Amino acid sequence: MAELTYRDAVIRGIAQEMERDPDVVFLGEDVAKPGGVFKATVGLYEMFGPLRVRDTPISEQAILGAAMGAAMTGLKPIAEIMFSDFFAVCFDYIANEFSKSRYMSNGQVKCPLVVRTGNGAGVHFGAQHSQSVENWCMMIPGLKVVAPSSPTDVIGLLAASVRDPDPVIFFEHKSLYASKGEVPDGEIVDQLGTAKIVKPGKDATILALALMVPRALEAAETLKSEHGIDCEVVDVRSLVPLDTQTILGSVARTHRLFTVEENPRLCGWGAEIMSIAADEAFYDLDGPPVRITTPHIPLPAADYLEDIVLPTPQRIAETVRRSLNS
Amino acid sequence: MAKVKDRAPGTAGSGLNDDIGEDKRLAMYRTQVVIREAEQRAFDLFLQNLVKGTSHLSLGQEAVAAGFAGAMQKGDLSFCTYRGHAHTLARGVSVEKVLGELMQRDNGLMRGKGGSMHLTSVDHGVMGSYAIIGAHLPIACGAAWRAQYKGDKDVSVCFFGDGTTNIGAFHEALNFASVWKLPVIFVCENNLYMEYTPIADVTAVPNPAADRASSYGLERIVIDGNDADVVYRTAQAAYQKARAGGGPSLIECLTYRHSGHSRADPAKYRPEGELERWKQRDPIKIYRERLLQFGVSEKTMADIDAEVRKMVDDATEVCKAAPPPPADILTSDVYADGGWAWRN
Repeated sequence: MAELTYRDAVIRGIAQEMERDPDVVFLGEDVAKPGGVFKATVGLYEMFGPLRVRDTPISEQAILGAAMGAAMTGLKPIAEIMFSDFFAVCFDYIANEFSKSRYMSNGQVKCPLVVRTGNGAGVHFGAQHSQSVENWCMMIPGLKVVAPSSPTDVIGLLAASVRDPDPVIFFEHKSLYASKGEVPDGEIVDQLGTAKIVKPGKDATILALALMVPRALEAAETLKSEHGIDCEVVDVRSLVPLDTQTILGSVARTHRLFTVEENPRLCGWGAEIMSIAADEAFYDLDGPPVRITTPHIPLPAADYLEDIVLPTPQRIAETVRRSLNS
Repeated sequence: MAKVKDRAPGTAGSGLNDDIGEDKRLAMYRTQVVIREAEQRAFDLFLQNLVKGTSHLSLGQEAVAAGFAGAMQKGDLSFCTYRGHAHTLARGVSVEKVLGELMQRDNGLMRGKGGSMHLTSVDHGVMGSYAIIGAHLPIACGAAWRAQYKGDKDVSVCFFGDGTTNIGAFHEALNFASVWKLPVIFVCENNLYMEYTPIADVTAVPNPAADRASSYGLERIVIDGNDADVVYRTAQAAYQKARAGGGPSLIECLTYRHSGHSRADPAKYRPEGELERWKQRDPIKIYRERLLQFGVSEKTMADIDAEVRKMVDDATEVCKAAPPPPADILTSDVYADGGWAWRN
């Protein structure tokens, strides 16, 4: 075991896979010699050389297009899109190309690639560099969508994503890069499509993703110590495939369901889970399921304003407490 | 290459003792006839409501497909647009598979799951037809990057229309390919119209592809896209350069589509006489005359014409008799496990 930052876990995860498979290549803006704007790829260029770790021009379409062409002809590319907000300038590849080519070609074309991206708020970059856009990708058939919350999960899920035969969108949270965790030694390989119960509990289920996981855990501690409410916190981890068994299994035990979502409210990932719960777990529920989200607004830049709009541990705890007491 | 030079033109069986040679020329002639007959058949079947959805024909542009495919080696990769029937056929995909897909039958190339705009046959090196303008230029770069990285000798060739030269992905791909020195060839089929609007009305330079080449450190190349020999020789040079590690080429082929943009377009925006003038420069007409000059007999070509016509007739009948795709393929191949499951 060693303590590792989330940022260093990204480096270790990529290195682990590049070490294992010479067909794994890595491209993106400022990722090679500069080591990444978030310093999450430092040292890879030195480890694997200029043929496998490549700086690109500021050409997001070229980055994702090239990753796709390389993937469909035998490589296992990892592409970085610096900020997930930039998906909007290369969304054709995500929404129309590598997500659909297998289907349209009746199974002939395969695109085993990973798109890594810095997602989410908390660093006060304003409306075009802070969004949580995992729901943009969740709605597209053919993609897999992953968002880890801890250093160990970063390594394990990144490895699973690189080894997966489908295109995977891998959301790293910008505000988690400096966070730390104990990480086991040796190779780590996790499984896509698996949620994780990060804190067991019996009174309510709180589903969270990425930065919202530590916040949900903090809220759960407050609820336990101050109100005697024992919450189960589930890290969803993988939006596609979605581990509904773990989620609905938890609801069947706690009988209450909350989601904590950083994405703006409309069509956020929690809405789909609520719909599934309404269909399949209605009689398990003792009260209305509640979504705790960022409101349906562009994100403001000022720290004071941004801090208000994201779900905070206080807002989560207060919402759960009031809902359980009503 | 080994043909005898001193045989008199017009003599039965006389060959062309130059860099292209008789066998290659007859093959390229046949390719053009296959495309012409299949595309014309697609149009006729559309009029009978047997080709559904949309389709974009390459009638009049056959020489580009024949010339580039003629100069390709096995293993080279083609990336096409929604106007991709010609390039798919030129790589040897059967007319039956193509017509079957256009007619949305179970015997189609992708069993009806892709349609006219997405013809794909990986076994033939046809790595897809892309219906979002410009999307496949970066994708071809990626395939070329793989060849460069692995030391493979194949070249990726990316065909697109003049309208593509005004979209961002075109410029991103050209810069990217040039900086990375990728073995990729960008082929612009300039047929004068982006869709309905003349390309000249919406482009800042007269030659929409070639006049941009210098921005990316590439040579300015404009060729007669209706002469398969010219196309073939230009392609050869570009393949050789790419295989030798010399990087990408951008080639603008001047050509003309005899039909509208898509099946819905009667092309009434064209000035009077333009189509007739271009039909004087019909690529198949040009090539027939060339072959006659070189001593290939009328009969040789008539035999090819008849053989192709029969092949297209037979394929049409097979497709007409083929069933529609079964509903159980609806949910197949969304994901690599063969299915569509997004949850447990």
